[in-house]
Formats: sequence, C-alpha cells, structure tokens
Amino acid sequence: MTPMKPIAAALAAGLLLAAQPAHAGEITVVSWGGAYTKSQVEAYHKPWMAKTGHKIKSVDAPNPASPIKAQVKAGNVSIDVADVEYSDAVRYCDEGLLETIDPAVLPPAPDGTPATEDFIDGALTDCAVANIVWSTVFAYDAAKFKGAKPQTIADLFDVEKFPGKRGLRKGAKPNLEMALMADGVPAGDVYKLLTTDAGVTRAFKKLDSIKKHVVWWEAGAQPPQLLADGEVSMTTAYNGRIFNAAIGEDKPFEIVWDGQVLDFDLFVIPKGAPNKDLALEFIKFATDTQRLADQAKYIAYGPARKSSGKLVGLYQDGKTQMAPHMPTAAANMGNALVNNFEFWADRDSELNERFNAWIASN
Amino acid sequence: MTTAAETVAAGDGGPLTTGDGTPLKTALARATRRARIKALLLVAPLLLFVIVTFAVPIGQMLYLSVYNPVFSDNMPRLSSWLRSHEVSDVPGEAAFEALALDLKDARKNRTHAQVGTRINYERSGATSLFKSTARKIKKIKGPPYKEQLLALNSEWGDLHLWTVMARAASPHTSAFYAQALDLTYDATGNITRAPENRRIYGLLFQRTLFLSALIAALCLILGYPVAHLLANLPLKYSNLLMVMVLLPFWTSLLVRTTSWITLLQSQGVLNDLLVSVGILGDDGRLELMYNQWGTVIAMTHIMLPFMILPLYSVMKTVPKDFVRAARSLGAGPVTAFLRVYLPQTVPGIGAGVLLVFIISVGYYITPALVGGSSGQLISNQIAFHMLQSLNWGLAAALGALLLGGVILLYWLYDRLVGVDNMKLG
Repeated sequence: MTPMKPIAAALAAGLLLAAQPAHAGEITVVSWGGAYTKSQVEAYHKPWMAKTGHKIKSVDAPNPASPIKAQVKAGNVSIDVADVEYSDAVRYCDEGLLETIDPAVLPPAPDGTPATEDFIDGALTDCAVANIVWSTVFAYDAAKFKGAKPQTIADLFDVEKFPGKRGLRKGAKPNLEMALMADGVPAGDVYKLLTTDAGVTRAFKKLDSIKKHVVWWEAGAQPPQLLADGEVSMTTAYNGRIFNAAIGEDKPFEIVWDGQVLDFDLFVIPKGAPNKDLALEFIKFATDTQRLADQAKYIAYGPARKSSGKLVGLYQDGKTQMAPHMPTAAANMGNALVNNFEFWADRDSELNERFNAWIASN
Repeated sequence: MTTAAETVAAGDGGPLTTGDGTPLKTALARATRRARIKALLLVAPLLLFVIVTFAVPIGQMLYLSVYNPVFSDNMPRLSSWLRSHEVSDVPGEAAFEALALDLKDARKNRTHAQVGTRINYERSGATSLFKSTARKIKKIKGPPYKEQLLALNSEWGDLHLWTVMARAASPHTSAFYAQALDLTYDATGNITRAPENRRIYGLLFQRTLFLSALIAALCLILGYPVAHLLANLPLKYSNLLMVMVLLPFWTSLLVRTTSWITLLQSQGVLNDLLVSVGILGDDGRLELMYNQWGTVIAMTHIMLPFMILPLYSVMKTVPKDFVRAARSLGAGPVTAFLRVYLPQTVPGIGAGVLLVFIISVGYYITPALVGGSSGQLISNQIAFHMLQSLNWGLAAALGALLLGGVILLYWLYDRLVGVDNMKLG
C-alpha cells in the first residue's frame, strides 16, 4: 500500500467496501511466464481486477502443474488457479488432485449457445476449462537461409540441406511425434505407430540423425532466445513465443506449420485451494467469449471457444491481422497432429525413461 | 568444594559428605546433571529445528523409496488374495472377482487412476487399462468375473501385469531401488538387467562421481595458489584479493551461470573473439556450452570459494619461518614445498576437496542450465522424477543411493586421511 494518512486510508477503505458487493480477496494464479503470462495479465487479470476489485498474484513456473501435487499431498495449497497442459489436467484430475468444475456454470456465448457446445471438442474436462489452443511448431531464422527455405517437418531433421544447430524440447513429447512425421508417417498414424516398439525405435533413429546438432531447451522462453543469439538456426517452439519475437520484436523468424502438434492449455483449481470460490469466479470470467478473443490480441494462440473466433481482430500493434497466425487457421492445419493425452498418460514414464537414457548416452 | 574439604579435614572416617551431610558423590552427580540439562536446554531449539526440518523430512522421503501403499490400500481384496497366493500364471475366477469388486470401490473413491499409475511405473499401459476398465466396471453385475473382465480388455490376461500387481500387493517394495540400479523384473518376476535403451542411472551415477572428482581436482589446482597468495600478501592487498574471491560467492548463482552461457556459447564472447583474431574459423567455433565442458567450467567457478576459504584458513596458521628454515638448511624450493609446506596444509586440502566434492555430487541447477545432454548429473534425474514424472518413490531411491554413496566415500576418507585432520576454517 502506498503511504497514506490514516484517516484518508480509512476513508478510502470505506469507499472501496461500499463500492463492492463482497470483501476484496486475493487469488494466486500460476502460469508459464514470459509473453504468455503477459497476455493473460492483459486480457484476463487486469479487466477482472478492475471489475471486481479483487487482487491477483501472478506467479510463473516452468510447468505450473509441477507444484500442485506436492502442495496437495502436503496439505498446504497456496495456488488458486493454475494454467496446465491437457495431459496434466487429465492425470491430476484422475488422481484426485483437482477440484471438479461443472461446465454448466460457465457463461454461455453471446448468442446464447451454452458453454458446453461453444467450447471446441475436448476443451472441457471434469476438472479443467481450456482457454487456448497452442501448438509446437518449428521456426527458423530467415537470415540464416539465403537460398531455399525450410518447408516441411522433414527439413528440421535435414542438416545436410539446412546446416546449423537445432533446438528441441528436452522431453519425449512431442519430439517422437515430430520425428515420425519427418520420417514420412502421416499424422493420423503417428500414435498408432508409437504404441509399437518398432515405431518408437524408428522415432529414436530419426532423432539420432540430428542428435549431435541439438541444443535442448526446457522453458518456453528459451527457443526464441536461442534463435536470436544465433545458437541455433532452427528450433521447435511454442508458436505464440515465435510470433511475439517475429511480429512484436521484429526478429526475422519464420514459422513452419507443417507437422505442428496441437495442444490445449487449461485452467484448473488444485484440491483445497485457499480461495476456491473466487478462483472459480475468475475462471468463469477469463474463459468467456470476449476475454478469450482479447487474449489473441497479445499472443498468437487460438481461443478455445468457437464464438471467440469471430471476435479475434488485430494484434496490439494495430495492423497485424491475428487470424492467419492462429494454429487452428485452415491454412496451417494441412499436416497437423492433435496431442493424444491418453497415449501420454500411459507411456509417459516408459518413453521419458527411454528418452532420458537416450539423451544421457553419447 | 571447600565444604567437602572441611569434611575431609574433620576426618571422621565415614564416606565423604558435603557440609549438609549429603554424600559427595550424590552432590557431584546432581551438579553435573544440572549442568548437562542446562547445556541440553541451550542446544534444544537447534536440535528440535534440525529434527523437524531435516531429519524427519529426509527420513520420510527415504521411507517413500521402499514404501508405497497405493495399491494395497485401494485394492484391499485383490491385495490380500495376491499375498496369499503364488502367481505363476494368470489366476482364476477368485482373483478376478476381487479385482472387479476393488475396482468398483476404487471408481467410487476416484482412486483407480492412482492405482493405475502405481502399476504403470513397472508396466506401461496400466494407467489407461485401469481407467478404461473402471469406467465400464458398473456393467459387471455378477460372476463370471474373469470372462467379463477379459471381454472388456484382453490385457487383463497378461501375466506380466499380474506379477507386477502381486509385488505391489505388499506396501513394501524394492521396485524403486531395482529401477534406480537399472534392474527390472521380467514377465515371470525374476530380476534382470533393464533393456539397454532404458539403462540410465548407472551411467549417471558414474558420471556424477567422475565429474565431481574432476571439479574438486580443478578447484584444488586453481585454488591452492590463490589461497597461498591470500595468506601471504600484505594485509592491504590480501583484503582486496579476498573481496575478489568473495564477490562471486555473493552473486546470485543464476547470474553467474547465465554469464558463463553468454561468454562461452558458440556465438558467445570468447568464440567471437577467437574468430575475430583469426585463431578459429567461423565454422570451427569451440563447443564449450551445453555439454560436459559447460558443466565442468561453470561448476569449477562456482565451487572455487569453497576450496579457497578452508585452504586460506589453514595456510594462515602455517608459520613462514618453516619454509625459510628448510631453505637455509639446503632444501630446494620444490623439496621445501613438498616436504615442509604441503604437509602442513593437508587439513585444508582435505576439507576443501571433501566440501567441493560433496556439494558437486548433489548439484543440479548449473548442470540443468549449461549441461546440455552430456553434462547432466544424477541430481537432474532426481529433480525430473520429483517435479515432472511425479514418481517420488524412484526419486527417493535415487536420493538414498546418492546419500549412501557420499557417506561411504566420507567413511573411506576418514579411514585413509582421518576426519580429525580436517579443518574447515
């Protein structure tokens, strides 16, 4: 609080109380940091704080799902809302670590379509409400390739044709999927093939071909940095991060949409959250049609509601049309894979162990 | 005590007593007991603090590596059946009946996914098997259970699954230690080595010990002359030098690590410099980051103060006259150093090496940031299982092995050099 005379402070507090229906509270929202958190602060947090008078403490984590289990198991939960990936939302819900959220309480679309029909298929689960559709794509530094430009996912794995280091996420997901697509497997067959040992071996073999050239990244903010530093010439990345560097910061980065892997980000409430009711109020507000469309103004992730699509307009610079930068834009969906959370819930430990063993051996 | 002396002087021949007639022995015991209680009370807050924040959590964590009651608690009927029967083949109707009834309860309590996850640690595919079966378990109203469960999902007829469940039926398990040692149970329940493409922990333990020893050795080589200089320079220079040693020590670890990235990455300051003066070609840039080199260089820098400070405190106490005396008696500079100076600094060397080695063994932030793939240490895997895969049992087993290894090395050190010979400052 800014220094104030006690009387003035009491007066101000009185006015605030009079102006608000309920006692002003504070919730803690954990998200992924960088440009992504910023887009949420602008599109969700600030309007909600202005409207309700409640406060939001925004916290960043490399993966906001990570602290949830420890906090719930220890019975000391400090997170009210977390923004997590699909597979974590489903897994944690099944393990009883999250509060259930009844989709019926979510606001309908402006034309009256109930929320359950307005959200994209799969965007609502027992414990989570999706806000965006994001994707892992690969991007390159246009300045590094004067002649032919990378066009397809196969080019990411072709160091002969496109020399230079590659940035890849340090984890089995979604490198295995991308490796298979680069090896010529159609998107529809990727997960079927990965359930077989031969398929996994084939994916690792493809990864082997560029292993010596890989710089591994972990946090979403790293790949644009690696590209900007010239450490890598191509890297996989979350599409919104590249968009912000390319359009927002005028970097010569280009996205290749071929072989992209789509995923949802969802809001969840950890079991035993200190301000459960307020957290739900926030989620209801943040995932309404207008707010989801607003977020697209700050980062190139697609809104999880169908009704938001029409409202997506210009980027905050006032001249870039956002629609073609959405992973869900028709032109970008030519060869796209939707992340299969069931597959990863089952194979996560086995494949990550194999991936870690692969990465640690020279 | 004067009263006791007086009693003795009185010389009445009985046992020694104090002035008020209590035997001297009792009075002494009482006095020492009081002193002991006072001492205990003084250390009690610290002791309590250490127990509550250190011993108990670590003990609990270590217990997790051998204790996992998820299956036995949530599948009680099946667990008790499995405990009382030998599983050498897919069991019959009785076991499947227990399985079906337990799954119904687990579904009601929303615990079926936890159970699936526990089994999935040892057999992939169990998570979805348990989840999909639990979703449809209501359809099974009565016997024959085996037939109906197999109709729901034929995977229930897999022997490997049953041997894994049989082991999980006991809350005490060795599965996590087996995994931490790159071992696995085959379909019939015998311990074998894990398939080659999944062996990882043995390699990482070796690498962790090797790199930690290397870092300790580098710190000693680099730190020894600095510490010597610190101890022997006139005060006004040595203070300045001390500040230079301590300044990085006070700087945030992340700042120091990211500075190394900026300096050493292939498009970094050092490489740019070498290329611009023509020592390296543009395509021959040195790979000093995101590999073992990165880990070794950054960690040596971070660990240096831990080596210099104990060395300095020992060297400060070594009288300068000894080396001078040795020289005046005819020893060359090398002999004087090796036979007179070096032996007197051994307590500092021991302390510094041990300190650096033990801290390095458990370090994980720096290797995670600069280690790439070949510079990862075992601690990165422990963090992975704590935070990402949430397999705390395995993380605890790996941690326990690491702790055991360090204690073993400490014991060896004590036998070879002697811990009493160590001086931390």
